[in-house]
Formats: sequence, C-alpha cells, structure tokens
Amino acid sequence: MTVAMTDAAALPEALNQVQQQLPVGLTVNGQRYELHLDPRVTLLDALREHLQLTGSKKGCDHGQCGACTVIVEGRRINSCLTLGVMHDGEKITTIEGLGGPDNLHPMQAAFVKHDGYQCGYCTPGQICSAVAMLGELKSGIPSHASTDLANPRFSEAEVKERMSGNLCRCGAYSNIMDAIAEVAEGEGLLG
Amino acid sequence: MKAFTYQRARSVDEAVEAASAHPGSKFIAGGTNLLDLMKLQIETPSHLIDVNHLGLDRIEPRAEGGLKIGALVRNTDLAADRRVRRDYAVLSRALLAGASGQLRNKATTAGNLLQRTRCPYFYDTNLPCNKRRPGSGCAAIDGYSRSLAIMGVSDACIATHPSDMAIALRTLDAVVEVAGPGGAARRIPIAEFHRLPGDTPEIETNLNADEIITGVVLPKPIGGRHIYRKVRDRASYAFASVSVAAVFAADGSRRFAFGGLAHKPWRVEAAEAEPTPDAIAEAVLAGARTTEHNDYKRPLTHRTLKAVFREAEVQA
Repeated sequence: MTVAMTDAAALPEALNQVQQQLPVGLTVNGQRYELHLDPRVTLLDALREHLQLTGSKKGCDHGQCGACTVIVEGRRINSCLTLGVMHDGEKITTIEGLGGPDNLHPMQAAFVKHDGYQCGYCTPGQICSAVAMLGELKSGIPSHASTDLANPRFSEAEVKERMSGNLCRCGAYSNIMDAIAEVAEGEGLLG
Repeated sequence: MKAFTYQRARSVDEAVEAASAHPGSKFIAGGTNLLDLMKLQIETPSHLIDVNHLGLDRIEPRAEGGLKIGALVRNTDLAADRRVRRDYAVLSRALLAGASGQLRNKATTAGNLLQRTRCPYFYDTNLPCNKRRPGSGCAAIDGYSRSLAIMGVSDACIATHPSDMAIALRTLDAVVEVAGPGGAARRIPIAEFHRLPGDTPEIETNLNADEIITGVVLPKPIGGRHIYRKVRDRASYAFASVSVAAVFAADGSRRFAFGGLAHKPWRVEAAEAEPTPDAIAEAVLAGARTTEHNDYKRPLTHRTLKAVFREAEVQA
C-alpha cells in the first residue's frame, strides 16, 4: 500500500490559513486562566482540551443531551453550543468547582446516596443542571409544568420538565429525581 | 466547523457596518442554532459578528402602552418577566413550551425568530434540499414528511418554522424592529416577517442581509384568557406537531395562530369569528396540501383547537 505524501499546497485553503488566535480570559471554578483560542473552539472544548477540566462531558455535541452542562455567570447552559471566545471575562462553574471527593456539594452527595447514575457519563451535566435548576425555581422562573405562571412551586412534574434537557441513557431518572428532591427539601423548597 | 474570523461588536452601527464589510458573515447571539448548523457545515459563515454586547437585553415599557423587548433578551428572561407573565401569558407559555432550560438560558428573542427549520432533509447534507442548496430539489416532499408543513407549501419546500415564540407573537400582533446601514430603521409586522417558501425557500424572512433585529414590540395588552397548547411526540423538549396560541380577549374577540403547520406562524384572521372550533379549523386549513405522512395534522388541528376552547372555558 502506498501512502501518498501530503502536499501542503493541495490542502484545502482553510487548512492553510493561519487561524485567528484570540486572547480569552476565563475564571473557571474561581481560578483565572488566560488562553489563546481559535474562534472555532467551543466552551466545552476549551474546558476539556485546554484546561484539562474533563468532568464536563461531550455527549452529542449538539445541545440535545445536556452532558456538557456548565454554569456560566450563574446560569446553566450547553457548553458545546457556545464559543470559548464569546465568554471572555466571564465566570464559569464546572462539576469540578461544585465539590470534590473530600467536600461534596449537597447535590453530588445526594446523587451518591440515591444512586443517581449507572455509567456516570451524564452525571456531571445532570448535577450542574440540577443545581442551577433549583436556583431558577427559587428565583421564581416558571416552566411549562407550572400550573400558576405567577407562582411556580416545587413538584415532581416541575423537576421532570425542567430537567428534560439532560438525558440519561442508563435510565437512572427515578433515582436522579430522588436525589434532587432531597436537596430541594434541604433547601426548603418543598414548602 | 469551517474556519471563520470573529469580532465582538460594541454597537448596533458597528455590527451593521461589519456585516456590510464582510459578505458571508453572520451575527451570533445565543448561538444555539447557528453553531449546531456550523458543526454540520450547513451554515458556513466566513466571519462571525458577536452581537451579545449591544445593550439590547432589556424589556422596557413604551409610553403608548405595551413593551419593547430587546433583541438580546434571553428566552428564559422573557418568559419570566412579571409583565409578560401577567399581560402576555400566551408568550410566556409558548416560550416555556420550547427547547430546554439550558437552551432558553442562551437563546435570544431575535435568534428565536431567525432559527432555521428542523426539517430532517435540511439537516441531511447527503440529500437534496432547496433551502440548503437552492435548485437541488426537495427530498422531503416524497420522503418521510410526518413533521412537515401542510399550509402554504410549494413544490420547492414543505419545511415548517420551528419557533413556538413566533406563534404567540403572531396572536399578539407584535412588530419586529430592524436597523440597517446608515442608521436606517424600519418596523416589520410579525405577519410579514417570515415568508412562505414559494420557489425561494432559502429566503426565510423579509430581513435584508445588512439589517439586524434590534427588538420586538408588543402592543398594549388586550387582556383576556391566554392559552398555548402544543402537541408533540414527547412531553417535553420536542418540536410541535401542531400548536395553537390563543387569546380569548376581554371584548369577546378571539385570536388563534398555529404552529407546526407552515413555513411561518399560520393565522387566518377571517376564520376567527366562526362560531365553533371545527368551523374555525376548517377555515384555517382551507387549501391544505398534505402527504400520506402528515395528513394527520388536519384532524389534530381540529382537536387541538377544541381542547383550547375547553381550556378557555375552565379559565373563565
């Protein structure tokens, strides 16, 4: 078998272009990072490939599964559907920033207690999403499941609706529900 | 993704100038639809203009009544705004029926209006699509068309517009505010903002390439009962098979706009005075062109509208 030598001149023009590298300052889990990013790098890839924060997972890479969910400026988002360069100067919390083995966040502890996972791949996204989701509920943001738009209250239906952007291929949903309910009770959301 | 250059615009004028200076550029705000399409190389802009920092992220009351929604107000914030929940509940309800919590936290008002269809043949780059590659043909018309349009379709395209928000805006007679080169500004009623596919399905709105949406105006509240009912394959996080945005106004008049049926929010004002849901649906669906896969949308439209009427009675 002959392996053709790649002629640089034959490469598509885009590959030969010197890519724009832009300075980006991110504060991730309280630590400041100065990066230079190709504008194509998603926030997810910036976290995983540039900062080696591999807790956030790449599932579908199209915003459909929620495995990449992180908290940016207090809000949960799909880090796969945004560019790193768009977040210059912003504060980001990933699963690593919520807590570690010796200082688990209450949501992490509840997932362990209730076995809210099987393979664990969706778990960092589930936990980041759940933490921010309870914050949304606390600040009165309504959902499709809210019977009263003006006054949404914690319920199983609310949690299911609000967590629909996080898929679990193993189907640990009922245990995830239990974990979230326990944290919500601890936060006084069950009213 | 294809290579592109990136700039952050600091003002509307700067954004508009940048768009004129870079043919093939795109504005990026939430990015939740554009980046998805760029990863698939369905969208291949050579330059991205980040418009997140234009200061268009507020909802302000207007002197003459109503609200001005900045183009960059996030879907979560629009749905949660106290005034919107109170006076334009159909809009809150429609927004909350769309996407996921994470996506609504990023997605903007203007971006929601400009999102592309989710027609599976638009997404499949191996197949012809007049919207993706003009003149290549439509694989959907003789394909698996279950999710696709039955109203206002053409021989070139049967795609639907996927927005829930736009359906509610149509019942509210919202107006889209637009800025262009040289400080030009114009207002486009929501009814005229999106286009039917005709033989140019790649042109989806009446926005010019060098124009940018700056906001959406909601006229004075009309009160009444507001309902958004969406029928879909999953209970959450799915696009509509059929949806109905309804306002049963305080003066007895009624407004209905339909999602999942067409390339734009589908509203037939002349049908709204008909006495029964069936009569309204029949008038709304006049001229329907269905396939064997999506013919179910006709009876589903009747049933969804009946359910909306029942819900309105319960609210009364």
